[in-house]
Amino acid sequence: MAMPLAWRRARLDERRPQTATARTLLFTVPGWPGHLPGQHVDVRLTADDGYQAVRSYSLAAPADADRIELGVQAVADGEVSPYLADDLPTGAEVEIRGPLGNWFVWRREQTEPTLLIAGGSGVVPLAAMIRAHREARSTSPFHLLYSVRTPADIWYGEELTDHREPHLDVQVLYTRQAPPGSPRVPGRLTATDLEKPAARLEPTSPVYVCGPTGFVETAGNLLVDLGRDPATIRTERFG
Amino acid sequence: MSSFSPGFRGRARSLADRLPPGQYPTEQFPVLSAGPTPQVSTDTWAFTITTETGETHSWTWEEMMDLPQQDTVTDIHCVTRWSKFDTPWRGVPFDAFFEDVETSADFVVAHSYGGYTTNLPLEDLLDGKAWVAHTYDGYPLSPEHGGPARLLVPHLYFWKSAKWVRGLRLTHEDEPGFWETVGYHNYGDPWREQRNWGD
Ligand SMILES: Cc1cc2nc3c(=O)[nH]c(=O)nc-3n(C[C@H](O)[C@H](O)[C@H](O)COP(=O)(O)OP(=O)(O)OC[C@H]3O[C@@H](n4cnc5c(N)ncnc54)[C@H](O)[C@@H]3O)c2cc1C
Repeated sequence: MAMPLAWRRARLDERRPQTATARTLLFTVPGWPGHLPGQHVDVRLTADDGYQAVRSYSLAAPADADRIELGVQAVADGEVSPYLADDLPTGAEVEIRGPLGNWFVWRREQTEPTLLIAGGSGVVPLAAMIRAHREARSTSPFHLLYSVRTPADIWYGEELTDHREPHLDVQVLYTRQAPPGSPRVPGRLTATDLEKPAARLEPTSPVYVCGPTGFVETAGNLLVDLGRDPATIRTERFG
Repeated sequence: MSSFSPGFRGRARSLADRLPPGQYPTEQFPVLSAGPTPQVSTDTWAFTITTETGETHSWTWEEMMDLPQQDTVTDIHCVTRWSKFDTPWRGVPFDAFFEDVETSADFVVAHSYGGYTTNLPLEDLLDGKAWVAHTYDGYPLSPEHGGPARLLVPHLYFWKSAKWVRGLRLTHEDEPGFWETVGYHNYGDPWREQRNWGD
Protein backbone atom coordinates (compact mmCIF):
# COMPACT_ATOMS: atom_id res chain seq x y z
CA MET A 1 0.00 0.00 0.00
CA ALA A 2 2.88 2.41 0.62
CA MET A 3 2.95 4.57 -2.50
CA PRO A 4 5.63 7.22 -2.62
CA LEU A 5 3.92 10.58 -2.61
CA ALA A 6 5.25 12.45 -5.59
CA TRP A 7 5.29 16.19 -6.06
CA ARG A 8 3.28 16.94 -9.20
CA ARG A 9 3.17 20.04 -11.38
CA ALA A 10 -0.09 21.92 -10.96
CA ARG A 11 -1.06 24.69 -13.38
CA LEU A 12 -3.39 27.43 -12.22
CA ASP A 13 -6.22 27.57 -14.77
CA GLU A 14 -8.60 29.95 -13.10
CA ARG A 15 -9.07 32.08 -10.00
CA ARG A 16 -12.48 33.18 -8.72
CA PRO A 17 -13.23 35.47 -5.79
CA GLN A 18 -15.23 33.96 -2.93
CA THR A 19 -15.05 36.93 -0.53
CA ALA A 20 -12.94 40.09 -0.42
CA THR A 21 -9.96 38.02 0.77
CA ALA A 22 -10.76 34.43 -0.22
CA ARG A 23 -10.29 32.81 -3.62
CA THR A 24 -11.21 29.63 -5.37
CA LEU A 25 -8.26 28.28 -7.36
CA LEU A 26 -8.69 25.72 -10.14
CA PHE A 27 -5.63 23.71 -11.10
CA THR A 28 -4.82 21.04 -13.65
CA VAL A 29 -2.56 18.36 -12.18
CA PRO A 30 -1.43 15.84 -14.80
CA GLY A 31 -1.45 12.34 -13.33
CA TRP A 32 -3.69 13.27 -10.39
CA PRO A 33 -4.73 9.96 -8.76
CA GLY A 34 -8.12 11.15 -7.49
CA HIS A 35 -9.21 11.78 -3.90
CA LEU A 36 -12.01 11.53 -1.36
CA PRO A 37 -14.06 14.50 -0.18
CA GLY A 38 -12.46 15.94 2.96
CA GLN A 39 -8.87 15.21 1.94
CA HIS A 40 -6.21 17.87 1.47
CA VAL A 41 -3.02 18.51 -0.49
CA ASP A 42 0.34 20.05 0.26
CA VAL A 43 1.20 23.02 -1.95
CA ARG A 44 4.87 23.87 -2.45
CA LEU A 45 6.15 27.23 -3.65
CA THR A 46 9.73 27.82 -4.78
CA ALA A 47 11.53 31.17 -4.82
CA ASP A 48 14.23 32.09 -7.32
CA ASP A 49 17.03 31.16 -4.91
CA GLY A 50 15.55 27.69 -4.36
CA TYR A 51 13.88 28.50 -1.02
CA GLN A 52 10.65 26.55 -0.62
CA ALA A 53 7.54 26.91 1.50
CA VAL A 54 4.80 24.31 1.91
CA ARG A 55 1.28 24.61 3.34
CA SER A 56 -1.76 22.33 3.39
CA TYR A 57 -5.01 23.19 1.57
CA SER A 58 -8.22 21.22 1.50
CA LEU A 59 -9.74 19.97 -1.74
CA ALA A 60 -13.00 21.87 -2.32
CA ALA A 61 -14.61 19.55 -4.85
CA PRO A 62 -14.80 15.82 -5.52
CA ALA A 63 -12.35 14.21 -7.91
CA ASP A 64 -12.75 15.36 -11.52
CA ALA A 65 -10.05 13.67 -13.63
CA ASP A 66 -6.90 15.82 -13.42
CA ARG A 67 -8.61 18.98 -12.21
CA ILE A 68 -8.68 20.02 -8.58
CA GLU A 69 -10.20 22.95 -6.76
CA LEU A 70 -8.76 24.67 -3.69
CA GLY A 71 -10.12 27.50 -1.56
CA VAL A 72 -7.58 29.87 -0.06
CA GLN A 73 -8.21 32.51 2.59
CA ALA A 74 -5.47 35.17 2.47
CA VAL A 75 -4.11 35.47 6.02
CA ALA A 76 -2.64 38.92 6.80
CA ASP A 77 1.18 38.72 6.74
CA GLY A 78 1.02 35.10 5.68
CA GLU A 79 3.94 33.71 3.72
CA VAL A 80 1.96 31.49 1.35
CA SER A 81 -1.78 32.30 1.36
CA PRO A 82 -1.62 35.91 0.05
CA TYR A 83 0.65 34.76 -2.79
CA LEU A 84 -1.76 31.99 -3.78
CA ALA A 85 -4.82 34.17 -3.33
CA ASP A 86 -3.60 37.13 -5.36
CA ASP A 87 -0.13 36.84 -6.91
CA LEU A 88 0.31 33.46 -8.57
CA PRO A 89 -0.36 34.22 -12.27
CA THR A 90 -2.90 32.08 -14.11
CA GLY A 91 -1.07 29.67 -16.39
CA ALA A 92 1.85 29.44 -13.92
CA GLU A 93 2.66 26.31 -11.94
CA VAL A 94 3.15 25.29 -8.33
CA GLU A 95 3.85 21.82 -6.97
CA ILE A 96 1.24 19.73 -5.23
CA ARG A 97 1.28 16.38 -3.49
CA GLY A 98 -1.53 14.28 -2.18
CA PRO A 99 -4.21 13.38 -1.57
CA LEU A 100 -3.52 13.43 2.17
CA GLY A 101 -5.58 12.61 5.25
CA ASN A 102 -7.66 9.44 5.36
CA TRP A 103 -9.60 10.31 8.50
CA PHE A 104 -11.50 13.52 7.78
CA VAL A 105 -13.33 12.02 4.79
CA TRP A 106 -16.91 11.29 3.77
CA ARG A 107 -17.59 8.25 1.61
CA ARG A 108 -20.69 7.92 -0.56
CA GLU A 109 -21.45 4.52 1.03
CA GLN A 110 -22.21 6.35 4.28
CA THR A 111 -25.97 6.54 4.79
CA GLU A 112 -26.49 8.01 8.27
CA PRO A 113 -27.64 11.61 8.70
CA THR A 114 -24.52 13.76 8.75
CA LEU A 115 -23.81 17.06 10.46
CA LEU A 116 -21.16 19.37 9.02
CA ILE A 117 -19.96 22.33 11.08
CA ALA A 118 -17.78 24.98 9.45
CA GLY A 119 -16.08 28.04 10.85
CA GLY A 120 -14.96 30.50 8.15
CA SER A 121 -12.59 28.92 5.62
CA GLY A 122 -13.24 25.56 7.32
CA VAL A 123 -16.12 25.26 4.87
CA VAL A 124 -13.73 24.15 2.11
CA PRO A 125 -13.49 20.38 2.79
CA LEU A 126 -17.17 20.34 3.82
CA ALA A 127 -18.08 21.86 0.44
CA ALA A 128 -16.31 18.91 -1.17
CA MET A 129 -18.48 16.56 0.90
CA ILE A 130 -21.66 18.44 -0.03
CA ARG A 131 -20.74 18.36 -3.71
CA ALA A 132 -19.91 14.65 -3.56
CA HIS A 133 -23.22 14.01 -1.76
CA ARG A 134 -24.99 15.83 -4.61
CA GLU A 135 -23.07 14.02 -7.35
CA ALA A 136 -23.86 10.68 -5.74
CA ARG A 137 -27.56 11.67 -5.43
CA SER A 138 -27.25 10.49 -1.87
CA THR A 139 -30.48 10.53 0.10
CA SER A 140 -28.74 10.59 3.46
CA PRO A 141 -29.67 13.84 5.23
CA PHE A 142 -26.84 16.40 5.23
CA HIS A 143 -26.94 19.41 7.50
CA LEU A 144 -24.39 22.21 7.29
CA LEU A 145 -24.00 24.72 10.11
CA TYR A 146 -21.80 27.47 8.78
CA SER A 147 -20.43 30.15 11.06
CA VAL A 148 -19.28 33.38 9.38
CA ARG A 149 -18.73 36.95 10.56
CA THR A 150 -21.04 38.76 8.15
CA PRO A 151 -23.09 37.95 5.02
CA ALA A 152 -20.14 39.14 2.91
CA ASP A 153 -17.98 36.34 4.33
CA ILE A 154 -20.01 33.45 2.91
CA TRP A 155 -18.13 31.23 0.46
CA TYR A 156 -19.85 29.30 -2.34
CA GLY A 157 -22.76 31.78 -2.08
CA GLU A 158 -25.89 30.52 -3.76
CA GLU A 159 -24.60 27.01 -4.18
CA LEU A 160 -24.98 26.69 -0.42
CA THR A 161 -27.66 29.21 0.50
CA ASP A 162 -30.02 28.88 -2.48
CA HIS A 163 -29.90 25.24 -3.51
CA ARG A 164 -32.83 22.94 -4.32
CA GLU A 165 -31.49 19.76 -2.83
CA PRO A 166 -34.08 17.95 -0.75
CA HIS A 167 -31.51 16.18 1.42
CA LEU A 168 -29.33 19.20 2.22
CA ASP A 169 -30.03 21.75 4.93
CA VAL A 170 -27.81 24.79 5.26
CA GLN A 171 -27.95 27.14 8.20
CA VAL A 172 -25.67 30.16 8.38
CA LEU A 173 -24.77 31.49 11.82
CA TYR A 174 -23.48 35.07 11.87
CA THR A 175 -21.04 36.05 14.57
CA ARG A 176 -20.82 39.85 13.97
CA GLN A 177 -23.59 41.03 11.71
CA ALA A 178 -26.64 39.17 10.40
CA PRO A 179 -28.87 40.15 7.48
CA PRO A 180 -31.86 42.32 8.46
CA GLY A 181 -34.70 40.28 9.90
CA SER A 182 -32.60 37.34 11.08
CA PRO A 183 -34.15 35.84 14.20
CA ARG A 184 -30.82 34.83 15.72
CA VAL A 185 -28.81 37.51 17.50
CA PRO A 186 -25.28 37.58 15.98
CA GLY A 187 -22.79 35.72 18.14
CA ARG A 188 -20.58 32.73 18.42
CA LEU A 189 -21.75 29.15 18.20
CA THR A 190 -23.73 28.06 21.29
CA ALA A 191 -25.29 24.86 22.62
CA THR A 192 -28.68 26.19 21.48
CA ASP A 193 -27.45 26.34 17.88
CA LEU A 194 -26.45 22.69 18.08
CA GLU A 195 -29.40 21.19 19.96
CA LYS A 196 -31.79 20.76 17.03
CA PRO A 197 -29.21 19.63 14.46
CA ALA A 198 -27.82 17.13 16.97
CA ALA A 199 -31.29 15.82 17.78
CA ARG A 200 -31.72 14.83 14.12
CA LEU A 201 -28.69 12.55 14.20
CA GLU A 202 -28.48 8.87 14.94
CA PRO A 203 -26.10 7.76 17.69
CA THR A 204 -23.52 6.64 15.14
CA SER A 205 -23.93 9.63 12.80
CA PRO A 206 -20.68 11.34 11.96
CA VAL A 207 -20.16 15.01 12.73
CA TYR A 208 -17.43 16.80 10.78
CA VAL A 209 -16.06 19.99 12.31
CA CYS A 210 -13.58 22.21 10.49
CA GLY A 211 -12.19 25.68 11.06
CA PRO A 212 -9.81 27.62 13.28
CA THR A 213 -8.69 25.80 16.43
CA GLY A 214 -10.79 27.88 18.84
CA PHE A 215 -13.93 27.24 16.82
CA VAL A 216 -13.28 23.51 16.54
CA GLU A 217 -12.58 23.25 20.28
CA THR A 218 -15.84 25.03 21.12
CA ALA A 219 -17.94 23.00 18.73
CA GLY A 220 -16.36 19.71 19.84
CA ASN A 221 -16.91 20.45 23.53
CA LEU A 222 -20.52 21.54 22.98
CA LEU A 223 -21.27 18.35 21.04
CA VAL A 224 -19.80 16.18 23.78
CA ASP A 225 -21.82 18.10 26.38
CA LEU A 226 -24.93 17.36 24.31
CA GLY A 227 -24.15 13.68 24.68
CA ARG A 228 -22.57 12.93 21.30
CA ASP A 229 -20.10 10.06 21.39
CA PRO A 230 -16.66 11.70 20.96
CA ALA A 231 -15.66 8.88 18.60
CA THR A 232 -18.26 10.09 16.07
CA ILE A 233 -16.83 13.64 15.92
CA ARG A 234 -14.13 14.18 13.33
CA THR A 235 -12.21 17.42 13.40
CA GLU A 236 -9.83 19.28 11.12
CA ARG A 237 -8.04 22.36 12.42
CA PHE A 238 -6.66 24.92 9.99
CA GLY A 239 -4.39 26.83 12.34
CA MET B 1 14.93 31.11 -12.12
CA SER B 2 12.56 28.51 -10.71
CA SER B 3 9.95 27.31 -13.17
CA PHE B 4 7.39 27.15 -10.36
CA SER B 5 5.51 29.89 -8.53
CA PRO B 6 6.96 32.92 -10.37
CA GLY B 7 7.34 35.98 -8.19
CA PHE B 8 7.21 34.06 -4.90
CA ARG B 9 9.88 35.37 -2.52
CA GLY B 10 9.08 33.82 0.84
CA ARG B 11 10.40 34.89 4.21
CA ALA B 12 13.84 35.24 5.75
CA ARG B 13 16.01 32.14 5.30
CA SER B 14 18.05 32.47 8.50
CA LEU B 15 16.58 29.53 10.41
CA ALA B 16 17.58 26.88 7.90
CA ASP B 17 19.73 24.76 10.24
CA ARG B 18 17.10 24.67 12.93
CA LEU B 19 14.08 23.89 10.78
CA PRO B 20 13.54 20.35 9.49
CA PRO B 21 12.76 20.20 5.77
CA GLY B 22 9.34 21.48 4.77
CA GLN B 23 8.61 23.14 8.13
CA TYR B 24 7.98 26.81 8.93
CA PRO B 25 8.44 28.53 12.27
CA THR B 26 5.47 29.80 14.25
CA GLU B 27 5.15 31.75 17.47
CA GLN B 28 1.68 30.34 18.08
CA PHE B 29 0.84 26.90 19.38
CA PRO B 30 -1.55 25.37 16.82
CA VAL B 31 -3.51 22.22 17.60
CA LEU B 32 -3.80 18.92 15.77
CA SER B 33 -6.28 16.31 17.01
CA ALA B 34 -8.65 13.94 15.27
CA GLY B 35 -11.66 14.65 17.45
CA PRO B 36 -12.95 16.68 20.36
CA THR B 37 -10.80 17.34 23.40
CA PRO B 38 -11.32 14.92 26.32
CA GLN B 39 -11.70 16.62 29.70
CA VAL B 40 -9.69 14.53 32.16
CA SER B 41 -9.51 15.31 35.88
CA THR B 42 -6.28 14.76 37.81
CA ASP B 43 -8.43 13.21 40.60
CA THR B 44 -9.12 10.17 38.46
CA TRP B 45 -6.07 10.31 36.22
CA ALA B 46 -3.74 7.31 36.26
CA PHE B 47 -0.81 6.27 34.15
CA THR B 48 -0.27 2.54 33.60
CA ILE B 49 2.54 0.62 31.97
CA THR B 50 1.52 -2.89 30.89
CA THR B 51 4.39 -5.19 29.98
CA GLU B 52 4.37 -7.89 27.32
CA THR B 53 3.69 -10.45 30.06
CA GLY B 54 0.65 -8.54 31.30
CA GLU B 55 2.29 -7.15 34.41
CA THR B 56 1.06 -3.64 35.25
CA HIS B 57 2.67 -0.65 36.95
CA SER B 58 0.37 2.27 37.78
CA TRP B 59 0.79 5.78 39.09
CA THR B 60 -1.90 8.17 40.32
CA TRP B 61 -1.45 11.88 39.68
CA GLU B 62 0.14 12.40 43.12
CA GLU B 63 2.45 9.40 42.67
CA MET B 64 3.53 10.71 39.29
CA MET B 65 4.24 14.12 40.80
CA ASP B 66 6.43 12.40 43.45
CA LEU B 67 8.69 10.96 40.76
CA PRO B 68 11.77 12.96 39.71
CA GLN B 69 10.71 16.01 37.70
CA GLN B 70 12.65 17.56 34.86
CA ASP B 71 12.46 20.87 33.03
CA THR B 72 13.25 20.81 29.36
CA VAL B 73 13.31 23.43 26.64
CA THR B 74 12.99 21.99 23.17
CA ASP B 75 11.91 22.60 19.57
CA ILE B 76 8.76 20.79 18.44
CA HIS B 77 7.73 19.91 14.89
CA CYS B 78 4.15 19.18 13.81
CA VAL B 79 3.43 17.16 10.67
CA THR B 80 1.02 19.92 9.61
CA ARG B 81 4.26 21.87 8.95
CA TRP B 82 4.68 24.26 11.83
CA SER B 83 7.68 24.16 14.13
CA LYS B 84 7.90 25.99 17.42
CA PHE B 85 11.26 26.78 18.96
CA ASP B 86 12.29 26.73 22.63
CA THR B 87 9.07 25.36 24.11
CA PRO B 88 9.40 25.05 27.92
CA TRP B 89 8.00 21.89 29.54
CA ARG B 90 8.07 20.18 32.91
CA GLY B 91 7.43 16.49 33.33
CA VAL B 92 8.68 13.06 34.35
CA PRO B 93 11.32 11.40 32.16
CA PHE B 94 10.32 7.92 31.02
CA ASP B 95 13.49 6.54 32.60
CA ALA B 96 11.87 7.23 35.99
CA PHE B 97 8.75 5.22 35.10
CA PHE B 98 10.84 2.35 33.75
CA GLU B 99 13.10 2.08 36.82
CA ASP B 100 11.30 -1.06 38.09
CA VAL B 101 9.76 -2.34 34.86
CA GLU B 102 11.12 -5.67 33.60
CA THR B 103 10.76 -5.94 29.85
CA SER B 104 12.38 -7.32 26.73
CA ALA B 105 9.86 -5.66 24.40
CA ASP B 106 11.09 -3.42 21.61
CA PHE B 107 7.94 -1.38 21.00
CA VAL B 108 5.26 0.52 22.87
CA VAL B 109 1.74 1.56 22.03
CA ALA B 110 0.75 4.71 23.92
CA HIS B 111 -2.93 4.89 24.87
CA SER B 112 -4.84 8.08 25.54
CA TYR B 113 -8.06 9.13 27.20
CA GLY B 114 -10.41 9.46 24.23
CA GLY B 115 -9.17 6.25 22.68
CA TYR B 116 -6.21 7.43 20.60
CA THR B 117 -3.09 5.40 20.24
CA THR B 118 0.36 5.88 18.77
CA ASN B 119 3.27 3.47 18.40
CA LEU B 120 6.96 4.01 19.09
CA PRO B 121 10.12 1.99 19.52
CA LEU B 122 10.78 1.73 23.27
CA GLU B 123 14.31 3.07 22.86
CA ASP B 124 12.85 6.36 21.60
CA LEU B 125 11.36 6.94 25.05
CA LEU B 126 14.44 6.19 27.15
CA ASP B 127 17.79 7.86 27.93
CA GLY B 128 16.28 11.27 28.59
CA LYS B 129 14.65 11.56 25.19
CA ALA B 130 10.99 11.60 26.28
CA TRP B 131 8.71 12.65 29.13
CA VAL B 132 5.20 12.57 30.49
CA ALA B 133 4.72 16.34 30.45
CA HIS B 134 2.18 18.09 32.67
CA THR B 135 3.33 21.72 32.68
CA TYR B 136 3.84 24.09 29.77
CA ASP B 137 5.52 27.46 30.19
CA GLY B 138 4.94 27.34 33.94
CA TYR B 139 1.23 26.52 33.77
CA PRO B 140 -0.69 23.23 33.96
CA LEU B 141 -0.97 21.85 30.43
CA SER B 142 -4.32 22.91 28.94
CA PRO B 143 -6.75 20.25 27.66
CA GLU B 144 -6.46 21.17 23.97
CA HIS B 145 -2.70 20.74 24.21
CA GLY B 146 -3.09 17.35 25.86
CA GLY B 147 -3.57 18.19 29.54
CA PRO B 148 -3.51 17.05 32.20
CA ALA B 149 -0.55 15.09 30.81
CA ARG B 150 0.83 14.14 27.41
CA LEU B 151 3.79 12.35 25.97
CA LEU B 152 6.64 14.64 24.97
CA VAL B 153 8.87 13.01 22.35
CA PRO B 154 10.32 16.07 20.66
CA HIS B 155 12.69 14.29 18.27
CA LEU B 156 9.69 12.84 16.37
CA TYR B 157 6.76 14.62 14.68
CA PHE B 158 4.45 15.85 17.37
CA TRP B 159 1.56 13.46 16.74
CA LYS B 160 3.82 10.87 18.42
CA SER B 161 3.64 13.00 21.57
CA ALA B 162 0.23 11.54 22.40
CA LYS B 163 -2.09 13.92 24.21
CA TRP B 164 -4.16 12.91 27.27
CA VAL B 165 -1.90 9.91 27.79
CA ARG B 166 -3.12 7.19 30.15
CA GLY B 167 -0.67 4.39 29.58
CA LEU B 168 1.81 2.41 27.58
CA ARG B 169 1.53 -1.16 26.41
CA LEU B 170 4.81 -2.92 25.67
CA THR B 171 4.85 -5.20 22.63
CA HIS B 172 7.30 -7.39 20.76
CA GLU B 173 5.76 -6.48 17.41
CA ASP B 174 5.30 -2.92 16.16
CA GLU B 175 1.55 -2.12 16.08
CA PRO B 176 0.54 1.00 14.11
CA GLY B 177 -1.57 3.46 16.12
CA PHE B 178 -4.41 5.78 15.16
CA TRP B 179 -2.76 8.30 12.81
CA GLU B 180 -0.37 5.63 11.56
CA THR B 181 -3.26 3.50 10.28
CA VAL B 182 -4.88 6.45 8.46
CA GLY B 183 -1.83 7.36 6.46
CA TYR B 184 0.84 8.90 8.66
CA HIS B 185 4.35 7.49 8.66
CA ASN B 186 5.10 4.68 11.11
CA TYR B 187 8.17 6.33 12.69
CA GLY B 188 7.89 10.07 11.97
CA ASP B 189 11.40 11.54 11.98
CA PRO B 190 11.04 15.22 10.99
CA TRP B 191 14.66 15.47 9.83
CA ARG B 192 14.04 12.67 7.30
CA GLU B 193 10.63 14.17 6.52
CA GLN B 194 8.75 10.97 7.36
CA ARG B 195 5.25 12.41 7.15
CA ASN B 196 3.17 9.89 5.24
CA TRP B 197 3.23 6.28 4.18
CA GLY B 198 5.92 5.91 1.59
CA ASP B 199 7.97 8.97 2.66
C1 LIG C 1 -5.08 19.95 7.00
C2 LIG C 1 -5.13 21.43 6.72
C3 LIG C 1 -5.97 21.92 5.73
C4 LIG C 1 -6.03 23.29 5.46
N1 LIG C 1 -6.90 23.73 4.50
C5 LIG C 1 -6.97 25.06 4.24
C6 LIG C 1 -7.89 25.55 3.23
O1 LIG C 1 -8.62 24.79 2.59
N2 LIG C 1 -7.93 26.90 3.01
C7 LIG C 1 -7.13 27.78 3.71
O2 LIG C 1 -7.20 28.99 3.44
N3 LIG C 1 -6.26 27.32 4.66
C8 LIG C 1 -6.15 26.00 4.93
N4 LIG C 1 -5.26 25.54 5.88
C9 LIG C 1 -4.34 26.52 6.52
C10 LIG C 1 -3.11 26.72 5.61
O3 LIG C 1 -2.36 25.51 5.58
C11 LIG C 1 -2.14 27.81 6.11
O4 LIG C 1 -1.87 27.61 7.47
C12 LIG C 1 -2.72 29.20 5.94
O5 LIG C 1 -2.99 29.45 4.55
C13 LIG C 1 -1.72 30.28 6.42
O6 LIG C 1 -0.48 30.12 5.74
P1 LIG C 1 0.43 31.39 5.44
O7 LIG C 1 1.71 30.92 4.89
O8 LIG C 1 -0.31 32.37 4.60
O9 LIG C 1 0.61 32.06 6.85
P2 LIG C 1 1.89 31.89 7.81
O10 LIG C 1 3.03 32.64 7.22
O11 LIG C 1 2.07 30.47 8.10
O12 LIG C 1 1.35 32.61 9.11
C14 LIG C 1 1.15 34.02 9.14
C15 LIG C 1 0.39 34.43 10.39
O13 LIG C 1 -0.96 33.94 10.29
C16 LIG C 1 -1.23 33.05 11.35
N5 LIG C 1 -2.00 31.95 10.76
C17 LIG C 1 -1.53 30.80 10.23
N6 LIG C 1 -2.51 30.03 9.77
C18 LIG C 1 -3.65 30.71 9.99
C19 LIG C 1 -5.00 30.43 9.73
N7 LIG C 1 -5.41 29.27 9.15
N8 LIG C 1 -5.92 31.36 10.09
C20 LIG C 1 -5.54 32.51 10.68
N9 LIG C 1 -4.26 32.82 10.98
C21 LIG C 1 -3.32 31.93 10.63
C22 LIG C 1 0.10 32.57 11.82
O14 LIG C 1 0.07 32.11 13.14
C23 LIG C 1 0.94 33.81 11.65
O15 LIG C 1 0.76 34.70 12.70
C24 LIG C 1 -5.21 24.19 6.18
C25 LIG C 1 -4.35 23.69 7.18
C26 LIG C 1 -4.32 22.34 7.46
C27 LIG C 1 -3.40 21.84 8.55
